[in-house]
Amino acid sequence: MPGRATTPSTEAQRVTSINITNASKVFESWDGEEIVALEDISLDIKENEFVSLVGPSGCGKSTMLRLLAGLILPTGGAVEIDGTPVKEPRKDTGIVFQQATLLPWKTILDNVLFPLSVMKEMKPDSEQIARDLLILAGLGGFEKKYPDELSGGMQQRAAICRALVHDPEILLMDEPFGALDALTREEMSLELLRIWTERPKTIVFVTHSITEAVLMSDRVVVMSARPGRIMEIIDVPIDRPRTFEVEASNDFQKCAQRIRYLITGK
Amino acid sequence: MTSKNAPSASATSSPASEKSGLAYHLRRIWYLGQDVVLPVATFIALLILWEFCVKTFDIPVYLLPAPSVIYEETASEWSIVWGHTVATLITVLLGFGLSILISLPLGFALTSSRHVSNAIYPLLVLTQSIPKVALAPILVIAMGANELPRVAVTFLVAFFPLVIAIATGLLSVPADLIELSRSYKTNRVQELLRIRIPYAIPFIFSGLKAAIALAVVGAVVGEFVTSDRGLGYLIQTSTAFFRMPLAFGAMVLLSIMGIVLFQLVGIAERVFFPWSSSKQVFAS
Repeated sequence: MPGRATTPSTEAQRVTSINITNASKVFESWDGEEIVALEDISLDIKENEFVSLVGPSGCGKSTMLRLLAGLILPTGGAVEIDGTPVKEPRKDTGIVFQQATLLPWKTILDNVLFPLSVMKEMKPDSEQIARDLLILAGLGGFEKKYPDELSGGMQQRAAICRALVHDPEILLMDEPFGALDALTREEMSLELLRIWTERPKTIVFVTHSITEAVLMSDRVVVMSARPGRIMEIIDVPIDRPRTFEVEASNDFQKCAQRIRYLITGK
Repeated sequence: MTSKNAPSASATSSPASEKSGLAYHLRRIWYLGQDVVLPVATFIALLILWEFCVKTFDIPVYLLPAPSVIYEETASEWSIVWGHTVATLITVLLGFGLSILISLPLGFALTSSRHVSNAIYPLLVLTQSIPKVALAPILVIAMGANELPRVAVTFLVAFFPLVIAIATGLLSVPADLIELSRSYKTNRVQELLRIRIPYAIPFIFSGLKAAIALAVVGAVVGEFVTSDRGLGYLIQTSTAFFRMPLAFGAMVLLSIMGIVLFQLVGIAERVFFPWSSSKQVFAS
Protein backbone atom coordinates (compact mmCIF):
# COMPACT_ATOMS: atom_id res chain seq x y z
CA MET A 1 0.00 0.00 0.00
CA PRO A 2 1.91 3.07 -1.17
CA GLY A 3 2.08 6.11 1.09
CA ARG A 4 0.98 4.23 4.16
CA ALA A 5 4.27 3.02 5.60
CA THR A 6 5.50 4.85 8.68
CA THR A 7 9.14 5.66 9.25
CA PRO A 8 10.72 2.24 8.81
CA SER A 9 13.48 2.63 11.41
CA THR A 10 11.13 2.96 14.39
CA GLU A 11 8.37 0.68 13.18
CA ALA A 12 9.80 -2.33 14.95
CA GLN A 13 9.66 -0.66 18.38
CA ARG A 14 6.57 1.48 17.93
CA VAL A 15 3.90 -1.08 17.29
CA THR A 16 0.81 0.39 18.86
CA SER A 17 -1.52 -2.54 18.95
CA ILE A 18 -4.85 -2.86 20.71
CA ASN A 19 -5.65 -6.18 22.38
CA ILE A 20 -9.10 -6.85 23.73
CA THR A 21 -9.32 -10.24 25.45
CA ASN A 22 -12.63 -11.70 26.67
CA ALA A 23 -13.76 -8.24 27.69
CA SER A 24 -17.23 -7.70 29.07
CA LYS A 25 -19.09 -4.70 30.42
CA VAL A 26 -22.09 -4.93 32.69
CA PHE A 27 -23.97 -1.78 33.68
CA GLU A 28 -26.13 -1.71 36.75
CA SER A 29 -29.29 0.33 36.38
CA TRP A 30 -30.74 2.37 39.26
CA ASP A 31 -33.07 -0.45 40.36
CA GLY A 32 -30.17 -2.92 40.57
CA GLU A 33 -30.97 -4.67 37.31
CA GLU A 34 -27.89 -5.76 35.38
CA ILE A 35 -27.56 -4.84 31.73
CA VAL A 36 -24.93 -6.74 29.76
CA ALA A 37 -23.61 -4.23 27.23
CA LEU A 38 -20.66 -6.30 26.04
CA GLU A 39 -20.00 -10.01 26.48
CA ASP A 40 -16.80 -11.91 25.80
CA ILE A 41 -15.29 -9.52 23.26
CA SER A 42 -11.92 -10.49 21.83
CA LEU A 43 -10.32 -8.37 19.14
CA ASP A 44 -6.77 -7.49 18.16
CA ILE A 45 -6.10 -4.38 16.12
CA LYS A 46 -2.75 -3.75 14.44
CA GLU A 47 -0.89 -0.47 14.17
CA ASN A 48 -2.30 1.90 11.53
CA GLU A 49 -5.20 -0.42 10.86
CA PHE A 50 -8.62 1.04 10.02
CA VAL A 51 -11.26 -1.03 11.81
CA SER A 52 -15.01 -0.31 11.78
CA LEU A 53 -17.56 -1.49 14.29
CA VAL A 54 -21.05 -1.94 12.86
CA GLY A 55 -24.21 -3.40 14.31
CA PRO A 56 -27.75 -2.56 15.38
CA SER A 57 -28.46 0.04 18.07
CA GLY A 58 -27.63 -1.25 21.52
CA CYS A 59 -24.93 -3.66 20.36
CA GLY A 60 -22.34 -1.95 22.51
CA LYS A 61 -20.30 -0.30 19.75
CA SER A 62 -20.03 2.95 21.66
CA THR A 63 -19.37 1.11 24.92
CA MET A 64 -16.45 -0.64 23.26
CA LEU A 65 -15.07 2.68 22.07
CA ARG A 66 -15.34 4.12 25.58
CA LEU A 67 -13.46 1.10 26.96
CA LEU A 68 -10.67 1.80 24.49
CA ALA A 69 -10.72 5.49 25.42
CA GLY A 70 -10.38 4.62 29.10
CA LEU A 71 -13.58 6.53 29.90
CA ILE A 72 -15.10 3.39 31.42
CA LEU A 73 -13.51 0.18 32.71
CA PRO A 74 -14.38 -3.39 31.69
CA THR A 75 -16.16 -5.54 34.30
CA GLY A 76 -14.38 -8.62 32.99
CA GLY A 77 -11.48 -9.52 30.71
CA ALA A 78 -8.80 -7.12 29.59
CA VAL A 79 -8.43 -4.11 27.31
CA GLU A 80 -4.78 -3.40 26.53
CA ILE A 81 -2.95 -0.91 24.39
CA ASP A 82 0.71 -1.70 23.79
CA GLY A 83 0.47 -4.43 26.41
CA THR A 84 -0.67 -2.03 29.15
CA PRO A 85 -4.19 -2.31 30.55
CA VAL A 86 -6.31 0.79 29.80
CA LYS A 87 -7.26 2.14 33.23
CA GLU A 88 -7.81 5.82 32.43
CA PRO A 89 -7.75 8.05 29.35
CA ARG A 90 -4.38 7.86 27.61
CA LYS A 91 -2.50 10.70 26.01
CA ASP A 92 -1.99 8.72 22.82
CA THR A 93 -5.68 8.42 21.95
CA GLY A 94 -7.84 11.00 20.27
CA ILE A 95 -11.62 10.86 20.22
CA VAL A 96 -14.30 12.22 17.86
CA PHE A 97 -18.01 12.11 18.70
CA GLN A 98 -21.19 12.22 16.64
CA GLN A 99 -21.59 15.90 17.52
CA ALA A 100 -18.60 18.12 16.83
CA THR A 101 -18.61 19.17 20.54
CA LEU A 102 -16.58 22.29 19.80
CA LEU A 103 -16.47 24.88 22.56
CA PRO A 104 -18.69 27.73 21.30
CA TRP A 105 -16.66 30.35 23.18
CA LYS A 106 -13.37 29.48 21.49
CA THR A 107 -12.18 30.13 17.94
CA ILE A 108 -11.62 27.16 15.65
CA LEU A 109 -7.86 27.44 16.21
CA ASP A 110 -8.25 27.51 20.00
CA ASN A 111 -10.67 24.59 19.83
CA VAL A 112 -8.09 22.55 17.93
CA LEU A 113 -5.44 23.54 20.49
CA PHE A 114 -7.74 22.66 23.43
CA PRO A 115 -6.24 19.17 24.14
CA LEU A 116 -2.71 20.58 24.30
CA SER A 117 -3.84 23.47 26.45
CA VAL A 118 -5.68 21.32 29.06
CA MET A 119 -2.91 18.73 29.11
CA LYS A 120 -0.40 21.60 29.52
CA GLU A 121 1.56 20.49 26.49
CA MET A 122 1.57 23.74 24.53
CA LYS A 123 4.87 24.16 22.73
CA PRO A 124 6.13 27.00 20.53
CA ASP A 125 5.28 25.07 17.37
CA SER A 126 1.86 23.85 18.57
CA GLU A 127 -0.01 26.66 16.85
CA GLN A 128 1.70 25.91 13.55
CA ILE A 129 0.80 22.22 13.93
CA ALA A 130 -2.84 23.17 14.46
CA ARG A 131 -2.81 25.54 11.48
CA ASP A 132 -1.28 22.84 9.25
CA LEU A 133 -3.94 20.36 10.39
CA LEU A 134 -6.71 22.85 9.59
CA ILE A 135 -5.25 23.36 6.11
CA LEU A 136 -5.04 19.57 5.69
CA ALA A 137 -8.73 19.35 6.60
CA GLY A 138 -9.66 22.11 4.16
CA LEU A 139 -10.28 24.70 6.88
CA GLY A 140 -7.43 27.09 6.04
CA GLY A 141 -8.63 30.69 6.59
CA PHE A 142 -11.23 29.71 9.21
CA GLU A 143 -8.81 29.75 12.18
CA LYS A 144 -10.31 32.85 13.80
CA LYS A 145 -13.96 31.94 13.16
CA TYR A 146 -16.25 30.69 15.90
CA PRO A 147 -17.88 27.25 15.65
CA ASP A 148 -21.41 28.55 14.98
CA GLU A 149 -20.08 30.42 11.93
CA LEU A 150 -19.21 27.06 10.33
CA SER A 151 -21.42 24.43 8.70
CA GLY A 152 -21.95 21.06 10.37
CA GLY A 153 -19.45 19.34 8.09
CA MET A 154 -16.80 22.01 8.71
CA GLN A 155 -17.34 21.77 12.48
CA GLN A 156 -16.81 18.02 12.32
CA ARG A 157 -13.58 18.53 10.33
CA ALA A 158 -12.40 20.88 13.07
CA ALA A 159 -13.28 18.24 15.67
CA ILE A 160 -11.14 15.73 13.75
CA CYS A 161 -8.26 18.23 13.72
CA ARG A 162 -8.66 18.62 17.48
CA ALA A 163 -8.44 14.84 17.94
CA LEU A 164 -5.24 14.79 15.85
CA VAL A 165 -3.45 17.81 17.33
CA HIS A 166 -1.54 15.93 20.01
CA ASP A 167 -0.51 13.39 17.35
CA PRO A 168 -2.21 10.38 18.98
CA GLU A 169 -1.38 6.85 17.86
CA ILE A 170 -5.02 5.84 18.04
CA LEU A 171 -8.07 7.70 16.78
CA LEU A 172 -11.44 6.62 18.20
CA MET A 173 -14.45 7.80 16.23
CA ASP A 174 -18.01 7.34 17.50
CA GLU A 175 -20.32 7.77 14.50
CA PRO A 176 -18.40 10.92 13.56
CA PHE A 177 -20.51 11.62 10.46
CA GLY A 178 -23.83 10.46 11.89
CA ALA A 179 -25.21 13.98 12.30
CA LEU A 180 -24.32 15.09 8.77
CA ASP A 181 -26.46 15.02 5.63
CA ALA A 182 -25.83 12.22 3.13
CA LEU A 183 -23.80 14.27 0.65
CA THR A 184 -21.55 15.87 3.27
CA ARG A 185 -21.17 12.46 4.82
CA GLU A 186 -19.79 10.91 1.63
CA GLU A 187 -17.45 13.82 1.12
CA MET A 188 -16.23 13.56 4.71
CA SER A 189 -15.49 9.85 4.52
CA LEU A 190 -13.17 10.38 1.54
CA GLU A 191 -11.66 13.35 3.36
CA LEU A 192 -10.93 11.18 6.39
CA LEU A 193 -9.32 8.53 4.18
CA ARG A 194 -7.13 11.21 2.63
CA ILE A 195 -6.07 12.57 6.05
CA TRP A 196 -5.43 9.01 7.27
CA THR A 197 -3.21 8.34 4.22
CA GLU A 198 -1.14 11.43 5.01
CA ARG A 199 -1.06 10.86 8.78
CA PRO A 200 -1.37 7.11 9.35
CA LYS A 201 -3.05 6.16 12.65
CA THR A 202 -4.87 3.23 14.12
CA ILE A 203 -8.52 4.15 13.65
CA VAL A 204 -11.47 2.50 15.37
CA PHE A 205 -14.58 3.79 13.65
CA VAL A 206 -18.12 3.21 14.90
CA THR A 207 -20.83 3.61 12.26
CA HIS A 208 -24.37 2.65 11.33
CA SER A 209 -23.59 2.80 7.63
CA ILE A 210 -22.53 -0.47 5.99
CA THR A 211 -21.20 1.20 2.84
CA GLU A 212 -19.22 3.71 4.91
CA ALA A 213 -17.67 0.85 6.89
CA VAL A 214 -16.71 -1.17 3.80
CA LEU A 215 -15.42 1.86 1.89
CA MET A 216 -13.06 2.93 4.66
CA SER A 217 -11.97 -0.11 6.63
CA ASP A 218 -9.33 -2.80 6.46
CA ARG A 219 -11.63 -4.93 8.61
CA VAL A 220 -15.27 -4.58 9.62
CA VAL A 221 -16.35 -5.97 12.99
CA VAL A 222 -20.04 -6.93 12.90
CA MET A 223 -21.72 -6.97 16.30
CA SER A 224 -25.04 -8.26 17.59
CA ALA A 225 -27.21 -6.68 20.24
CA ARG A 226 -28.26 -7.71 23.76
CA PRO A 227 -25.78 -8.82 24.82
CA GLY A 228 -23.22 -7.08 22.60
CA ARG A 229 -21.09 -9.74 20.95
CA ILE A 230 -18.83 -9.97 17.93
CA MET A 231 -20.61 -12.00 15.23
CA GLU A 232 -17.99 -11.94 12.56
CA ILE A 233 -14.93 -9.98 11.46
CA ILE A 234 -14.86 -9.30 7.74
CA ASP A 235 -11.70 -8.49 5.78
CA VAL A 236 -12.14 -5.92 3.04
CA PRO A 237 -9.83 -7.01 0.21
CA ILE A 238 -9.93 -3.75 -1.76
CA ASP A 239 -6.78 -1.85 -2.75
CA ARG A 240 -6.14 1.69 -1.59
CA PRO A 241 -6.49 4.53 -2.33
CA ARG A 242 -10.22 3.99 -2.58
CA THR A 243 -12.86 6.19 -4.21
CA PHE A 244 -16.60 5.77 -4.58
CA GLU A 245 -15.97 3.79 -7.76
CA VAL A 246 -14.97 0.77 -5.66
CA GLU A 247 -18.59 0.59 -4.50
CA ALA A 248 -19.45 -0.99 -7.85
CA SER A 249 -16.80 -3.69 -7.51
CA ASN A 250 -17.61 -7.31 -6.75
CA ASP A 251 -15.51 -7.43 -3.57
CA PHE A 252 -17.31 -4.38 -2.19
CA GLN A 253 -20.74 -5.82 -2.91
CA LYS A 254 -19.80 -9.17 -1.39
CA CYS A 255 -18.57 -7.53 1.83
CA ALA A 256 -21.60 -5.25 2.08
CA GLN A 257 -24.04 -8.09 1.45
CA ARG A 258 -22.38 -10.32 4.03
CA ILE A 259 -22.57 -7.55 6.67
CA ARG A 260 -26.18 -6.78 5.81
CA TYR A 261 -27.05 -10.46 6.07
CA LEU A 262 -25.38 -10.73 9.47
CA ILE A 263 -27.23 -7.69 10.84
CA THR A 264 -30.68 -8.12 9.30
CA GLY A 265 -30.72 -11.86 8.57
CA LYS A 266 -31.72 -11.15 4.94
CA MET B 1 -13.88 24.21 -0.95
CA THR B 2 -16.80 25.79 -2.71
CA SER B 3 -18.14 27.67 0.30
CA LYS B 4 -15.28 30.21 0.09
CA ASN B 5 -16.44 31.42 -3.32
CA ALA B 6 -20.05 31.88 -2.34
CA PRO B 7 -19.91 35.37 -0.72
CA SER B 8 -18.07 37.03 -3.63
CA ALA B 9 -20.52 35.56 -6.11
CA SER B 10 -23.55 36.96 -4.28
CA ALA B 11 -21.92 40.38 -3.81
CA THR B 12 -21.43 40.95 -7.53
CA SER B 13 -24.93 39.81 -8.44
CA SER B 14 -26.77 42.78 -6.85
CA PRO B 15 -26.44 45.86 -9.10
CA ALA B 16 -25.12 49.06 -7.51
CA SER B 17 -27.84 51.22 -9.11
CA GLU B 18 -30.49 49.80 -6.77
CA LYS B 19 -28.62 51.16 -3.78
CA SER B 20 -29.10 54.88 -4.58
CA GLY B 21 -32.13 57.13 -4.68
CA LEU B 22 -34.36 58.63 -2.01
CA ALA B 23 -36.96 55.87 -2.19
CA TYR B 24 -34.31 53.26 -1.48
CA HIS B 25 -33.01 55.16 1.56
CA LEU B 26 -36.48 55.75 2.96
CA ARG B 27 -37.31 52.08 2.59
CA ARG B 28 -34.02 51.16 4.23
CA ILE B 29 -34.65 53.48 7.19
CA TRP B 30 -38.14 52.05 7.55
CA TYR B 31 -36.82 48.47 7.56
CA LEU B 32 -34.06 49.25 10.04
CA GLY B 33 -36.22 51.48 12.20
CA GLN B 34 -39.51 49.66 12.45
CA ASP B 35 -38.31 47.65 15.46
CA VAL B 36 -37.83 50.97 17.26
CA VAL B 37 -40.36 53.21 15.54
CA LEU B 38 -43.41 50.98 16.06
CA PRO B 39 -43.15 50.46 19.84
CA VAL B 40 -42.19 54.11 20.44
CA ALA B 41 -45.10 55.36 18.30
CA THR B 42 -47.52 53.05 20.11
CA PHE B 43 -46.25 54.28 23.47
CA ILE B 44 -46.62 57.95 22.51
CA ALA B 45 -50.10 57.28 21.15
CA LEU B 46 -51.10 55.70 24.47
CA LEU B 47 -49.75 58.71 26.41
CA ILE B 48 -51.74 61.08 24.19
CA LEU B 49 -54.87 58.94 24.66
CA TRP B 50 -54.32 58.96 28.45
CA GLU B 51 -53.87 62.77 28.50
CA PHE B 52 -56.91 63.21 26.28
CA CYS B 53 -59.16 60.96 28.42
CA VAL B 54 -58.14 62.63 31.69
CA LYS B 55 -58.84 66.10 30.23
CA THR B 56 -62.07 65.17 28.42
CA PHE B 57 -63.73 63.19 31.20
CA ASP B 58 -62.36 65.50 33.90
CA ILE B 59 -60.90 62.63 35.95
CA PRO B 60 -59.85 63.90 39.41
CA VAL B 61 -56.10 63.97 40.00
CA TYR B 62 -56.24 61.58 43.01
CA LEU B 63 -57.76 58.89 40.76
CA LEU B 64 -55.54 59.26 37.71
CA PRO B 65 -53.23 62.23 37.04
CA ALA B 66 -52.52 63.18 33.43
CA PRO B 67 -49.02 62.46 32.09
CA SER B 68 -48.28 66.17 31.80
CA VAL B 69 -49.19 66.75 35.47
CA ILE B 70 -47.03 63.80 36.56
CA TYR B 71 -44.10 65.25 34.65
CA GLU B 72 -44.58 68.79 35.99
CA GLU B 73 -44.86 67.77 39.65
CA THR B 74 -41.93 65.35 39.47
CA ALA B 75 -39.73 67.86 37.65
CA SER B 76 -40.53 70.63 40.13
CA GLU B 77 -39.12 68.55 43.00
CA TRP B 78 -36.39 66.98 40.94
CA SER B 79 -33.51 67.32 43.44
CA ILE B 80 -35.51 65.53 46.16
CA VAL B 81 -36.75 62.85 43.72
CA TRP B 82 -33.22 62.29 42.44
CA GLY B 83 -31.96 61.69 46.00
CA HIS B 84 -34.65 59.05 46.52
CA THR B 85 -33.76 57.45 43.16
CA VAL B 86 -30.08 57.18 44.12
CA ALA B 87 -31.01 55.68 47.52
CA THR B 88 -33.12 52.97 45.85
CA LEU B 89 -30.46 52.33 43.23
CA ILE B 90 -27.88 51.70 45.96
CA THR B 91 -30.17 49.20 47.68
CA VAL B 92 -30.88 47.45 44.36
CA LEU B 93 -27.20 47.20 43.45
CA LEU B 94 -26.13 46.01 46.92
CA GLY B 95 -28.87 43.35 46.93
CA PHE B 96 -28.03 42.32 43.36
CA GLY B 97 -24.31 42.12 44.16
CA LEU B 98 -25.02 40.04 47.25
CA SER B 99 -27.21 37.74 45.13
CA ILE B 100 -24.33 37.14 42.72
CA LEU B 101 -21.81 36.59 45.53
CA ILE B 102 -24.02 34.01 47.21
CA SER B 103 -25.64 32.41 44.14
CA LEU B 104 -22.42 31.45 42.35
CA PRO B 105 -21.00 29.22 45.13
CA LEU B 106 -24.52 27.92 45.87
CA GLY B 107 -24.98 26.98 42.21
CA PHE B 108 -21.63 25.17 42.20
CA ALA B 109 -22.48 23.39 45.46
CA LEU B 110 -25.90 22.30 44.17
CA THR B 111 -24.33 20.68 41.11
CA SER B 112 -21.26 19.26 42.84
CA SER B 113 -22.93 16.21 44.33
CA ARG B 114 -26.32 14.70 44.93
CA HIS B 115 -25.85 14.75 48.72
CA VAL B 116 -25.09 18.48 48.80
CA SER B 117 -28.03 19.10 46.48
CA ASN B 118 -30.38 17.02 48.66
CA ALA B 119 -29.22 18.93 51.74
CA ILE B 120 -29.46 22.49 50.34
CA TYR B 121 -32.22 22.46 47.76
CA PRO B 122 -35.22 22.06 50.14
CA LEU B 123 -33.88 24.97 52.20
CA LEU B 124 -33.67 27.13 49.09
CA VAL B 125 -37.25 26.31 48.19
CA LEU B 126 -38.24 27.12 51.77
CA THR B 127 -36.73 30.63 51.50
CA GLN B 128 -38.86 31.14 48.41
CA SER B 129 -42.07 30.00 50.05
CA ILE B 130 -41.79 32.66 52.77
CA PRO B 131 -43.59 35.86 51.72
CA LYS B 132 -40.88 38.54 51.73
CA VAL B 133 -43.35 41.25 52.75
CA ALA B 134 -44.08 39.21 55.88
CA LEU B 135 -40.41 38.61 56.55
CA ALA B 136 -39.29 42.21 56.16
CA PRO B 137 -40.59 43.60 59.51
CA ILE B 138 -39.00 40.65 61.34
CA LEU B 139 -35.68 41.37 59.62
CA VAL B 140 -35.91 45.01 60.71
CA ILE B 141 -36.11 43.97 64.37
CA ALA B 142 -33.24 41.53 63.92
CA MET B 143 -30.95 43.74 61.84
CA GLY B 144 -31.93 47.24 62.92
CA ALA B 145 -33.52 50.12 61.04
CA ASN B 146 -30.73 50.63 58.51
CA GLU B 147 -29.71 49.58 54.99
CA LEU B 148 -29.11 45.97 56.01
CA PRO B 149 -32.71 44.64 56.17
CA ARG B 150 -33.54 46.31 52.83
CA VAL B 151 -30.51 44.69 51.17
CA ALA B 152 -31.44 41.37 52.80
CA VAL B 153 -35.00 41.52 51.42
CA THR B 154 -33.68 42.52 47.99
CA PHE B 155 -31.30 39.57 48.08
CA LEU B 156 -34.03 37.14 49.20
CA VAL B 157 -36.31 38.23 46.37
CA ALA B 158 -33.63 38.23 43.68
CA PHE B 159 -31.21 35.37 44.29
CA PHE B 160 -33.38 32.28 43.73
CA PRO B 161 -33.79 32.44 39.92
CA LEU B 162 -30.07 33.15 39.68
CA VAL B 163 -29.13 30.02 41.67
CA ILE B 164 -31.48 27.92 39.57
CA ALA B 165 -30.12 29.39 36.32
CA ILE B 166 -26.51 28.74 37.37
CA ALA B 167 -27.27 25.16 38.45
CA THR B 168 -29.27 24.49 35.26
CA GLY B 169 -26.46 25.89 33.12
CA LEU B 170 -23.78 23.84 34.85
CA LEU B 171 -25.85 20.67 34.44
CA SER B 172 -26.85 21.30 30.82
CA VAL B 173 -23.37 20.63 29.45
CA PRO B 174 -23.74 17.82 26.89
CA ALA B 175 -22.39 14.45 28.07
CA ASP B 176 -20.15 14.31 24.99
CA LEU B 177 -18.41 17.52 26.01
CA ILE B 178 -17.73 16.13 29.49
CA GLU B 179 -16.41 12.89 28.02
CA LEU B 180 -14.24 14.86 25.64
CA SER B 181 -12.71 16.83 28.48
CA ARG B 182 -12.24 13.67 30.57
CA SER B 183 -10.52 11.96 27.65
CA TYR B 184 -7.88 14.69 27.97
CA LYS B 185 -7.40 13.81 31.62
CA THR B 186 -8.97 16.96 33.08
CA ASN B 187 -9.67 17.05 36.83
CA ARG B 188 -12.92 18.37 38.32
CA VAL B 189 -11.63 21.93 38.81
CA GLN B 190 -10.45 22.14 35.19
CA GLU B 191 -13.75 20.68 34.05
CA LEU B 192 -15.64 23.34 36.02
CA LEU B 193 -13.48 26.26 34.91
CA ARG B 194 -12.87 25.30 31.30
CA ILE B 195 -16.09 23.53 30.32
CA ARG B 196 -18.99 23.91 32.75
CA ILE B 197 -18.77 27.60 33.67
CA PRO B 198 -18.21 28.91 30.13
CA TYR B 199 -21.01 26.65 28.90
CA ALA B 200 -23.32 28.02 31.61
CA ILE B 201 -22.67 31.69 30.73
CA PRO B 202 -25.84 32.19 28.63
CA PHE B 203 -27.90 30.55 31.40
CA ILE B 204 -26.19 32.64 34.09
CA PHE B 205 -27.02 35.81 32.18
CA SER B 206 -30.68 34.94 31.84
CA GLY B 207 -30.60 34.36 35.61
CA LEU B 208 -28.89 37.74 36.10
CA LYS B 209 -31.60 39.44 34.04
CA ALA B 210 -34.35 37.88 36.15
CA ALA B 211 -32.42 38.78 39.31
CA ILE B 212 -31.90 42.46 38.43
CA ALA B 213 -35.59 42.90 37.59
CA LEU B 214 -36.59 41.25 40.88
CA ALA B 215 -33.98 43.26 42.82
CA VAL B 216 -35.93 46.45 42.03
CA VAL B 217 -39.09 44.81 43.38
CA GLY B 218 -37.23 43.62 46.49
CA ALA B 219 -35.76 47.05 47.20
CA VAL B 220 -39.19 48.68 47.09
CA VAL B 221 -40.64 46.00 49.39
CA GLY B 222 -37.80 46.73 51.82
CA GLU B 223 -38.43 50.45 51.63
CA PHE B 224 -42.16 50.03 52.25
CA VAL B 225 -41.36 48.35 55.54
CA THR B 226 -38.48 50.41 56.82
CA SER B 227 -37.00 53.47 55.23
CA ASP B 228 -36.67 57.22 55.32
CA ARG B 229 -35.36 57.42 51.76
CA GLY B 230 -35.91 55.79 48.40
CA LEU B 231 -38.60 55.74 45.72
CA GLY B 232 -40.67 53.19 47.67
CA TYR B 233 -40.64 55.54 50.65
CA LEU B 234 -41.53 58.43 48.31
CA ILE B 235 -44.56 56.53 46.99
CA GLN B 236 -45.73 55.80 50.54
CA THR B 237 -45.39 59.38 51.78
CA SER B 238 -46.86 60.88 48.59
CA THR B 239 -49.94 58.69 48.68
CA ALA B 240 -50.38 59.47 52.40
CA PHE B 241 -50.77 63.12 51.38
CA PHE B 242 -52.75 62.31 48.19
CA ARG B 243 -49.89 63.65 46.07
CA MET B 244 -50.70 61.18 43.31
CA PRO B 245 -48.63 62.80 40.51
CA LEU B 246 -45.47 62.43 42.60
CA ALA B 247 -46.31 58.80 43.45
CA PHE B 248 -46.85 58.10 39.74
CA GLY B 249 -43.57 59.87 38.96
CA ALA B 250 -41.73 57.64 41.45
CA MET B 251 -43.35 54.59 39.86
CA VAL B 252 -42.26 55.68 36.39
CA LEU B 253 -38.70 56.20 37.66
CA LEU B 254 -38.74 52.72 39.20
CA SER B 255 -39.72 51.15 35.91
CA ILE B 256 -37.11 53.18 34.03
CA MET B 257 -34.53 52.00 36.57
CA GLY B 258 -35.62 48.38 36.04
CA ILE B 259 -35.45 48.68 32.25
CA VAL B 260 -32.05 50.42 32.24
CA LEU B 261 -30.50 47.91 34.66
CA PHE B 262 -31.95 45.00 32.69
CA GLN B 263 -30.51 46.38 29.46
CA LEU B 264 -27.13 47.00 31.12
CA VAL B 265 -26.94 43.31 32.04
CA GLY B 266 -27.74 42.45 28.41
CA ILE B 267 -25.08 44.89 27.14
CA ALA B 268 -22.51 43.44 29.57
CA GLU B 269 -23.24 40.00 28.14
CA ARG B 270 -22.85 41.15 24.54
CA VAL B 271 -19.62 43.03 25.30
CA PHE B 272 -17.84 40.45 27.45
CA PHE B 273 -19.30 37.23 26.04
CA PRO B 274 -20.19 37.95 22.40
CA TRP B 275 -20.48 34.24 21.61
CA SER B 276 -23.08 33.89 24.35
CA SER B 277 -25.69 36.35 23.11
CA SER B 278 -26.26 34.37 19.92
CA LYS B 279 -27.17 31.38 22.07
CA GLN B 280 -29.76 33.21 24.17
CA VAL B 281 -31.95 31.03 26.29
CA PHE B 282 -34.56 33.78 26.14
CA ALA B 283 -34.54 36.69 23.77
CA SER B 284 -34.02 39.90 25.70
